[in-house]
Amino acid sequence: MLVNQFLILAAVLFCIGVYGVIARKNAVLVLMSIELILNSVNINLLAFSMRNGSLDGHTFALYIIAIAAAEVGVGLAMVLLMYRNRRSIDLDELSEMKG
Amino acid sequence: MFAEATEVALKSGWFLEHAWVIPIIPALSFFLIIFFGKRMPKKGSEFGVASMLGALLFAGGAAYQWIQRVNGAPEGAFVSPVIKTWTWWQNSGISFGIGQHVDGLTVTILLVVAFISSLVQIYSLEYLRGDRRYTHFFASLTLFSAGMLNMVVAENMIQLILGWEIMGLCSFLLIGHWWEEEANSRAALKAFFTTRTGDIGLLTGTAILFFSANAWTTKTLGVSGFSIRGLSAWALSGNPGHAAITMGAVALFIAAIGKSGQFPLHTWLPDAMAGPTPVSSLLHSSTMVVAGVFLVARLYPVFFKGMHILGSSANFIVVIGGITIVIAALLAFVQTDIKKVLAYSTVSQLGYMMMGLGAGAWLPAVFHIFTHAFFKACLFLGAGSISHSSSHHSFEMKKDMGGLRKFMPITFATWIISTLALCGVFPFSGFFSKDEIIDNVGHNGYNVFMIVGLAGAFLTAAYMTRATYLTFFGQPRGASAGEHHEEESHDAHAAHDDHADHGHDAHDSHDAHASHGPHESGWLITVPLIILATLALGSGFLNAAPFGEKWEHFKKWVEPSAEVVSPTGIAYVVGGVGAARVAADTPTDSTVAPADGEAMPLMAAESGAMEHESVCGTSAPAQGVCMAPQIHAAPFKWSKAATSMLIVLSGFLLSLFMCIQLYEKKNKNFVGLTERNKVLGFGYQLLVNKYYLDVLYEKIIVRSIAHPIAGAVYKFNQKILDGVVNGAGTTAKGIAGWVYRNIDQRVVDGAVNGTGSVAQGAGSALRPVQSGKVNQYGALLFGAAAIGALVLVIVNT
Amino acid sequence: MFASDVLIAQNIGFAIIATIMVIGALRVVTTSNVVHAALWLVVVLAGAAAQYILLAAEFVAITQVLVYIGAVMVLFLFGTMLTRARIGAETDLNNKNWFLGVPVALALFVAMAVALENGFGSQKMPANPAVATTQQISDQIFGPYLLPFWALSFVLLAAVVGAIVLARRD
Repeated sequence: MLVNQFLILAAVLFCIGVYGVIARKNAVLVLMSIELILNSVNINLLAFSMRNGSLDGHTFALYIIAIAAAEVGVGLAMVLLMYRNRRSIDLDELSEMKG
Repeated sequence: MFAEATEVALKSGWFLEHAWVIPIIPALSFFLIIFFGKRMPKKGSEFGVASMLGALLFAGGAAYQWIQRVNGAPEGAFVSPVIKTWTWWQNSGISFGIGQHVDGLTVTILLVVAFISSLVQIYSLEYLRGDRRYTHFFASLTLFSAGMLNMVVAENMIQLILGWEIMGLCSFLLIGHWWEEEANSRAALKAFFTTRTGDIGLLTGTAILFFSANAWTTKTLGVSGFSIRGLSAWALSGNPGHAAITMGAVALFIAAIGKSGQFPLHTWLPDAMAGPTPVSSLLHSSTMVVAGVFLVARLYPVFFKGMHILGSSANFIVVIGGITIVIAALLAFVQTDIKKVLAYSTVSQLGYMMMGLGAGAWLPAVFHIFTHAFFKACLFLGAGSISHSSSHHSFEMKKDMGGLRKFMPITFATWIISTLALCGVFPFSGFFSKDEIIDNVGHNGYNVFMIVGLAGAFLTAAYMTRATYLTFFGQPRGASAGEHHEEESHDAHAAHDDHADHGHDAHDSHDAHASHGPHESGWLITVPLIILATLALGSGFLNAAPFGEKWEHFKKWVEPSAEVVSPTGIAYVVGGVGAARVAADTPTDSTVAPADGEAMPLMAAESGAMEHESVCGTSAPAQGVCMAPQIHAAPFKWSKAATSMLIVLSGFLLSLFMCIQLYEKKNKNFVGLTERNKVLGFGYQLLVNKYYLDVLYEKIIVRSIAHPIAGAVYKFNQKILDGVVNGAGTTAKGIAGWVYRNIDQRVVDGAVNGTGSVAQGAGSALRPVQSGKVNQYGALLFGAAAIGALVLVIVNT
Repeated sequence: MFASDVLIAQNIGFAIIATIMVIGALRVVTTSNVVHAALWLVVVLAGAAAQYILLAAEFVAITQVLVYIGAVMVLFLFGTMLTRARIGAETDLNNKNWFLGVPVALALFVAMAVALENGFGSQKMPANPAVATTQQISDQIFGPYLLPFWALSFVLLAAVVGAIVLARRD
């Protein structure tokens, strides 16, 4: 197995995730795209962990999974709040930050 | 070679071993005050006072045991500091420790800080009674003490930075204690930003020294390049490269300039007097501002080598110190606010300390920290006592004081004692420290700076006479004569406008002040004053060089010996009884490597019949390490002391004469002289405008950045935003236009508007980008990352 | 020692799983049905778990299945249901500027691909990797990486509290 096959796979997933974050309007879908990005990072970590024969990557992959869980929890809570306040979860309508 | 190395077990003790507890006591107390303070009968102040008394007890114990340790060691031996470290984090081979490094300097400053903090907290019980943020005040004050104590016991630079920054934060909180008044919050911001400017130097310097020293310290001493003993030994080992240590020392000294109010970053210190008087007394006169001096004293070997102290006829430190002494003393003459006089006096005295350190007078400088803390705290608390009880919370000497000696005998007496100490009159404490600095500066060959020091002494005597005269003599004026000010804009008690929830038992007591006229303060205020005045009188005798070597206790206890010690002697005293190694490094049989090929002619010429020569400071030790450079103290001569006394006396007399002519007799030849004589008038204007430094910083530096940006934004607004402009756009345009048109006008809100308009300008320029849509932000973020990555890829392939 | 045919089997396995993952990921970001997107995401996550096993990270793979597919997906489905009246195809899940995403994603991919190709070229994975045991991983977490673990615990606590505060009605 090549090192690169994993890394390229991760890169592909990452870019798809980035596309999702940019293109999607629905907040839940944006969160899903972020999950794709996080997973691509995990693949990278584990690939390098195998290549270097160390366990550090495993540890941090686990940490990232935990962080992702926290992120989804808070993110969905925010989406719920948004929905409750505006009856919509379209990110296009959320432009109070407009300068 | 350790020709006659003998090893002696050193005494230690529980307090010395546990000096690290000292900062923890107030730190815990801070949390107690924050969480439970408001519910306590005394609103949390009891925690503060108790913790400071506890810290004082521990510090006293540590000091006593340190003295035992020194006394138990053989004459001239290096008394190893009591060091403990715990590792709290390690990463790729570098471990970050936290612990204690206790030696003579540490216990001195610990004792001073704990002592002054205790007195100030007791004083504040009365001074701030009924204040709306009473609990928060004590919390900040206690946290400040924790930070300072932590910095003093710090074992390594990281820990030192921690304490340093805690102090900066507390200083900000306390200066802005009455933030309802805009001037106060602005002063707080100014102090914070100015000291932060210096702090960049602290971080940079620490980084430079760490990366230069780490390899050496790890190999030789087994400690990291952050540790203070490691850096000290490294600096004197002859190992460091010339550029590295110079850059590190300069960067660290910039931090010291910011914190200790040295020229040209001194401008924040007088403004910091907007805080409550106890704060001025504790932070901005006797403890926090000496942090910079302490840093230089702590890492003295680094500065010694980095700045070529004793090696050249002038260096960065001594020049900055000298300039500071004179410019600050001159500024003190044009102040009408008594606290500002004292503030500039503090700046000037800090200049003495720096000049002493820069000229190799380590011990006198440290001793000056010690004595200065007492008399300056006493002066500030005295000023607070006047404003509290007599001048209706005013600090204006010309308007609201005068003739107070009859009404406030205790305050007056303590003030006079402290003033005499400040001016360095024999036998008050200032004499023994300040005169020693001047003496040693001259002795070490810095003749110009000795004259600067004497001039400073003259000026000190003169402006203190003026302040004393205006405050305590003549006829009562303004508030102290019973007039009630309706507007109290100059009043440091800014929150007094809200009499209902501030002030002493509310509004009527103020009327009582006014109608009963000036009176002496209560015992909670006078007792600290008396204690401090006693120390201002007596503390000098701890190192009374004029009476012979027997009286130089402080020198014996505090000054580290410039002995060559074995690396293990200092490196592995963790937690146990250390060992003093008396090792006569015999230059005859060992080839002593010259340091950087630099000669030390100034020292060599003077070191005649002194104690035996040590290679420390001049050249690299052949074996073992040095922990302190060899410095020879100037022998005391009565003739020199008499000269400086005469200068001080002439300062008194001249100033007294001028005061009587100006304020008492209103002599027409003198009154209004500055308006008639052009040269004097120019000088006066220069001083009133503080050498235009504030203008330089706020108008020129800040504006020169703000002006082009604001101007460009203005054009951008005119041309492009037509379609986009809405209500907010018009406002932005208005403000940008206002800034543009008023560039050449007088600066009112220089710093604030400057940063504001920069932000405004940047905001307007980036306005189209800020669509408020998250997806677009994401596109920008990732797009920028992609472009950056592509650039890197192209560059690297 | 792995035989070469095993390595070939691994490569084939990798290729199949990778293809499924990429297809799944593309469907996640293009489908017009939120629930379908969630289910496609399950496919991608399961594929990632399989890749972890190929990478000799069994513990992480199990955790991935438990946490991601078990918990996070349920969360997503709940989130979808709680915030949408209608479950089914929708026309406007993409925003107006969706085309911005294509060049950005492509540029990122090109940058990464070139960098990876330059950096790792034809480097091979070790042929005989040791499978990480749970004990080794726990030694790592509770040894040298204890501090991040603590920090993580606080993050999780904060997230729990934050999610409750945000989502509850009062």
